[in-house]
Amino acid sequence: MSSRFDPWCAVATVLAILALAFPVAGGEAPLLWWGAPAAAGGLAIFLLTVLHFAWRRPTGAGHNIILLAAVAVGCASALGLVHGGGAGGHTTFGFWLFVFGLWAATWRGLDGLAGVRSFDAGRQRLIDLSVPVLFGLWLVFLLEVGTVGFGVPQVLLPAPSMIGARLAGSLDILAADFQQTFLKAVLIGYAIGCGTGFMVAVLVDRVPFLQRGLLPLGNLVSALPIVGMAPIMVMWFGFDWPSKAAVVVIMTFFPMLVNTVTGLTAAGAMERELMRSYAAGYWQTLFKLRLPAALPFVFNALKINSTLALIGAIVAEFFGTPIVGMGFRISTEVGRMNVDMVWAEIVMAAIAGSAFYGVMALTERTFTFWHPSYRERR
Amino acid sequence: MTAVPVPPVSLATPAPAPESRRRVVDTRGLSLTFQTADGPVYALSDVDIAIEQGEFVSFIGPSGCGKTTLLRVIADLEQPTGGDIQVNGVSPREARLGRAYGYVFQAAGLYPWRTIERNVALPLEIMGVPATERRERVRQHLDLVGLGGFEKKFPWQLSGGMQQRASIARALCFDPELLLMDEPFGALDEIVRDHLNEQLLRLWDKTGKTVVFVTHSIPEAVFLSTKIVVMSPRPGKIIDVIPTDFDRDRTLDIRETPGFLEVAHRVRQGLRAGHSYDD
Ligand SMILES: Nc1ncnc2c1ncn2[C@@H]1O[C@H](COP(=O)(O)OP(=O)(O)OP(=O)(O)O)[C@@H](O)[C@H]1O
Ligand SMILES: [Mg+2]
Repeated sequence: MSSRFDPWCAVATVLAILALAFPVAGGEAPLLWWGAPAAAGGLAIFLLTVLHFAWRRPTGAGHNIILLAAVAVGCASALGLVHGGGAGGHTTFGFWLFVFGLWAATWRGLDGLAGVRSFDAGRQRLIDLSVPVLFGLWLVFLLEVGTVGFGVPQVLLPAPSMIGARLAGSLDILAADFQQTFLKAVLIGYAIGCGTGFMVAVLVDRVPFLQRGLLPLGNLVSALPIVGMAPIMVMWFGFDWPSKAAVVVIMTFFPMLVNTVTGLTAAGAMERELMRSYAAGYWQTLFKLRLPAALPFVFNALKINSTLALIGAIVAEFFGTPIVGMGFRISTEVGRMNVDMVWAEIVMAAIAGSAFYGVMALTERTFTFWHPSYRERR
Repeated sequence: MTAVPVPPVSLATPAPAPESRRRVVDTRGLSLTFQTADGPVYALSDVDIAIEQGEFVSFIGPSGCGKTTLLRVIADLEQPTGGDIQVNGVSPREARLGRAYGYVFQAAGLYPWRTIERNVALPLEIMGVPATERRERVRQHLDLVGLGGFEKKFPWQLSGGMQQRASIARALCFDPELLLMDEPFGALDEIVRDHLNEQLLRLWDKTGKTVVFVTHSIPEAVFLSTKIVVMSPRPGKIIDVIPTDFDRDRTLDIRETPGFLEVAHRVRQGLRAGHSYDD
């Protein structure tokens, strides 16, 4: 078992050996591996590790973590080469063969880690979490060596390190934008939109013709590009955040309405007849059967809306706003060619949006743990 | 299971004399026709049946002969298209609103977001029973069906048979006068089924409840019932009503006695006569 051949590590070994045979960077004075001893040392550590695992396929969490640690050392050497190591902008074959070698080893390591099953729930969660995080880091690394290594002009695509520096350097501006767009427009609009959508759905449910007639209408409106109403909202509610919140309210209202109306019909016939046999009243049936059964649908809307709300608020700011806000910053900084600031806002929006979605998804799990899609996780 | 010494069974002892018993279910010419896309389905046709208080009546018949439909009409879950029916002397609707019956469905139908304990407590919650009494009754009835210790589990963490037992506890816990049971033990293994048959008989004997019971099992029907109604399909109608008079404190060993086998034979005859494979 422990001495099985591993093709991925073998490929990584071959690529790393080949990389040694070529220069790292071109230009008038080609840079060879022995011209950069620190990077060569990193490559050697990586090479020895994958050579070892090529004959003994990594099994279990421990082996794969060692392999990924060696990859990290390799990545550090590659980053050292492009940043200040003299290879930035004119990397050649030797460098890229090495990066592909790292790629093969990363693949094996992450695949191995994803397959690890632990009986300890806490450990399992850690492993489940580490795989996407490590994969994300790997993508950032690729982006970094790609942009710096090829010398991509920063207006086209700034390197992650530049975006990071910009993020760290403009925390006060970003915080103000976050407060204006996310804490005010998004959260308030989301709460009002989802809340009213839900309540209207419960009311609509009592009127059969509305239940039938409103559903297709709601679906239609959900599909419309509602952000287009932003200028009108500005006319109604002024330039500041209330007009953005209004756009968010309209955007989130209909998905919630449609999902809740559908969800209220989700309870099964026998479950309803049971309530009928107890001579349960309308509200008892609603609270003890139909709303719990509708929860998966309601959370579905909450999740969809968490992304819609952020998009709506940012895009709505393109149509006129005071001089603060994420959408405002993006539209003005792109005009000044400050692309790294635009990306910094985008990264912040991505983090805020994912966190918002993540919170909703976690809440969903705690409330709808009984749903067949989550059961085996308990 | 319980290994209690068996008292000799005396078939001669009649059931306690019925002192002015009330009619719990009374139907006259009851019919129900489902209008479907492929034409009408005659689920019930001209059903006359009278069930008195304290009786244990089993309905037996081939699949699709209208047993469930009849139970559903009694429970006001289905509207008859012809004839008359009274439950407790009033219409099924009024009886339902008066919480006259507990219904055990063919499938368990537990709510997946509630623990077993809270599933059993559901009717009590709806009927406004105070929390302390609720807890006590839930505990009692879970013990009765052998589910003590599973209070905090969710239905989907239990086997099908355990779920069905929980649904029986749920129907019993609010102490309805009339029990409507649609193949409650169909999904259980022989041993648990025997045990629950005895439990149900004891419960019936002790509480004097009226039980309307649907089953596919001849021994089960003969063992439990004071009256066995044999039905035949298309259109669903009653072809034989067989009274039995075994001891009220009988045990499962009665199943080997000649009297028992005689009744079972008559049920089988009835089923055969009604069973036609002409479609
Ligand atoms: N809602 C309905 N719509 C149309 N036809 C129905 C409906 N419910 C039952 N039927 C038909 O009525 C007949 C009697 O059904 P029922 O469920 O009462 O049978 P059953 O005796 O309980 O059978 P089983 O032993 O299989 O449970 C069947 O032919 C069935 O197809
Ligand atoms: Mg049936």
